[in-house]
Amino acid sequence: MASSRENLIAIENVTHAYRKDGHTLPVLEDLSLGVVEHGFTAVVGPSGCGKSTLTRLIAGLMRPDAGSVWLHGEQVVSPRSTVGMAFQNPVLLEWRSILKNVLLPLEIVPTSLSKQGAEDRARHLLHLVGLSAFEDKRPSELSGGMRQRASLCRALIHNPDVLILDEPFGALDAFTREDLWLTMHKLRAEEPFTGVLITHDLRESIFLADEVVVLSDRPATVQHRVALKREGSPTLDQLYTGESIATLNELREQIRIARNGAEV
Amino acid sequence: MRQYLVPGFAMVIFLVFWEALVWVNDWPNYKMASPSDLWPAFWRFKELFLSYGWDTLWRTVVGLLIAIVIGVLFGMIMGFSKIMREGLYPLLVGFNAIPKATVVPIVALMFVGQHDLNTVLIAFMISFFPIAVSVSIGLSTLEPEYRDILRSLGASKLTIFWKIALPKTLPEFFGALKVAVTLAFIGTNLMEIVSPHGRGLGALFDSGKTNSDYPLMFAVLIALAVLGIALYYVVVFLEKIFAGWAERSAD
Repeated sequence: MASSRENLIAIENVTHAYRKDGHTLPVLEDLSLGVVEHGFTAVVGPSGCGKSTLTRLIAGLMRPDAGSVWLHGEQVVSPRSTVGMAFQNPVLLEWRSILKNVLLPLEIVPTSLSKQGAEDRARHLLHLVGLSAFEDKRPSELSGGMRQRASLCRALIHNPDVLILDEPFGALDAFTREDLWLTMHKLRAEEPFTGVLITHDLRESIFLADEVVVLSDRPATVQHRVALKREGSPTLDQLYTGESIATLNELREQIRIARNGAEV
Repeated sequence: MRQYLVPGFAMVIFLVFWEALVWVNDWPNYKMASPSDLWPAFWRFKELFLSYGWDTLWRTVVGLLIAIVIGVLFGMIMGFSKIMREGLYPLLVGFNAIPKATVVPIVALMFVGQHDLNTVLIAFMISFFPIAVSVSIGLSTLEPEYRDILRSLGASKLTIFWKIALPKTLPEFFGALKVAVTLAFIGTNLMEIVSPHGRGLGALFDSGKTNSDYPLMFAVLIALAVLGIALYYVVVFLEKIFAGWAERSAD
């Protein structure tokens, strides 16, 4: 499965280590992972197991020591403009309005959109996430959840094939987080993308993703996968069905195993 | 309206207090001149005040501009390269630690007679350090995510600098510039006072001293204060334009 180039994102036997002051810290070991087009995979695992390294590899921000990363059947060797990223820190530019922040990627990436077309698209995305009234505000005037919504719009403005989300909701309070989950589903329905979500929140992973991948502790490899069925329009109630709770328990058990592995 | 009335009123109170202090103590001119002595001094030397004031002003501004260019350059070098930061920082700290009053005679000897060059040089030397430090700190503390957002789209280092690093550093830069503009002004006057046969308000101050014209000396002090305030508020004005976003509204 991992070698299947039909997957839009294919990570093949990736091994990576950080070197600093003569020490070697292996973070990923023989990790293989695939995400089909328009699929959405959540990656969970113990803290510090190398999840963020994985996102940087997919984004082409760094290259693995061994193995390869493929997007659309092309090997990733450097950053590519078909990727959108959002982090736990929304990193909005304080000196720009929200609208101008969302438009930032289009100033870098070649686009067929006119200036007006680009603005219309930004306004449309901001409308989708409920920020229409805040287009001209500065980021400092927005709450944490609103900033993260704006950051999602920025990640999507250039129609990326791949959306990489590195714990985007990690710093938000529980209610805001649930709101954002619903927003994610809305965005996905309107703006199809292939996504990888790094998260610590197991409920988040099963609510948002089609597949949840559990990584082992450092050096991380894929320890377990759970495919999720997605039917009808998502509601938060679905998190409390017997099936969801069974999945949740399965994932918790896997995380427990991964963490125990760390202590041995 | 209030923002002009209050400072204006404070200034009037200050002058009245000053006048009263001299009057009550019955101090002679050479101990402390009173505000009412100053106007005649200004009037008598009004041409000199204008032309020397201009000398002081342009020398300070040119020195400061050079300090901005060199300071930003050093700041960029130290902000982007850890090795350069480690290497340059102690040198800069050492250079900054030398009281510039001791450098003044050295520079005056080095470029003897070149008053303009000397003065600009001191103004520059005394004021570039805070600019270099603030820019380097601003650049080196840029969160990696900011860089990643643009780098993941394939942006060049230069683009990242223009779009993110530079604007993000502007508030720190202007904070340093407010310190630097005052320092540059001090530097200019140091040189003008020490350098013989010079021009500028410092030279006028020195001739007041030589001729025991105490009201003139005090009048120069006031002229310097006015110039200093003007320069400072020019920087504040520029800060409002270029880094106004960093100011949070008070409500």
